[in-house]
Amino acid sequence: MENFEPEIVAFCCHYCAYTAADMAGSKHIYYPANVKIIRVPCTGKVDTIHIMKAFEKGADGVYVAGCLEGDCHFKNGNTRAKYRVEQVQNILKDLGWEIERLEMINMSAGMGERFASTALEFTKKIKQLGPSPIKIINTEKHQQVAD
Amino acid sequence: MITAEQKPLKEIIEYISPYDRILLVGCNECVTVCAAGGRKEVGLLASALNLNCLKQGRTIDIKEITLERQCDPEYVEELVSEIDRADAILSMACGCGVQTIAERYKEKPVFPAVNTKFMGASVSQGIWAERCQGCGDCLLGITGGICPVARCSKHLLNGPCGGTSNGMCEIDPDVDCAWRLIWERLKALGMEKRYEEIMEAKDWRPAGGGGPRKIVREDLSL
Ligand code: SF4
Ligand code: SF4
Repeated sequence: MENFEPEIVAFCCHYCAYTAADMAGSKHIYYPANVKIIRVPCTGKVDTIHIMKAFEKGADGVYVAGCLEGDCHFKNGNTRAKYRVEQVQNILKDLGWEIERLEMINMSAGMGERFASTALEFTKKIKQLGPSPIKIINTEKHQQVAD
Repeated sequence: MITAEQKPLKEIIEYISPYDRILLVGCNECVTVCAAGGRKEVGLLASALNLNCLKQGRTIDIKEITLERQCDPEYVEELVSEIDRADAILSMACGCGVQTIAERYKEKPVFPAVNTKFMGASVSQGIWAERCQGCGDCLLGITGGICPVARCSKHLLNGPCGGTSNGMCEIDPDVDCAWRLIWERLKALGMEKRYEEIMEAKDWRPAGGGGPRKIVREDLSL
């Protein structure tokens, strides 16, 4: 696992984080390719099941990036997202997963640098945590078959 | 409605750990409204159980179904085509639904995935509170529409007790004293006289004290 490159899913609100990602791109600010962006009309649209499915399908880390608190385009979608993130964190905790694999992040549309630095930091954190428990098991299985 | 809350995942996992094929059954009625066991919660629980198994390196086959009503044999019959493919059933309905399934599919183990809590009403979004205990002889007509059985901690019929303090119940400063509510409401309705009438001891047999209750409507029975 030395060369572990995590797969990270970022649910990004169209009105802030997604635009910030765009800005990071147009300013040629580097951010790791590990982060796969899913654009949503508002983080309030991100349901607990979407986050769970990302983990089920093998994501090593997931973050939901919404507008700054109080700045939601739809009034309180980002607050709802925050609670949903907490709900999934509780499930992950009950299942013995590290809750750090999931995070709620806030930023505004103009924060291209912040988008890039967040992506970098989160990727670094997940690298330190290592692959998702599902991947570890799968790798062990493959090794056993190979042996 | 009947309210419920999901059981701790650990307990659910323990129930189903000996089985590989699970039929996970939700209900479209009360438990959907209180977000404990509707289609959405069925999906979420299935996903959590799946994650748990993947982590252990084993696979689990979870078939998700949400019935219109789990407390009605007609709807529970819909599971017939799925039952042979399942080793166990996990129900997200209230206790009535779980038992309807247990009665119909005697050869399969059935486990509850929620704790059934109480008959309640929605106070605001995400908050439900107990409102009725099904005493079988409703008193709301003489208590201003506020139930002393479900909402007075001591089920007093001639309250309040000496523990009422600043309008709140002595068990918890956040719990309204039901008898303060009853008094205020009767006063607002100009029905103070009602309050002065002493209520006689209640017959608790219709409330369950006479054994399990049943309603028989011959006009509706086949
Ligand atoms: S008096 Fe009895 S039937 Fe009426 S609301 Fe209270 S518990 Fe329910
Ligand atoms: S304080 Fe009010 S609600 Fe509480 S037990 Fe006494 S009468 Fe009932």
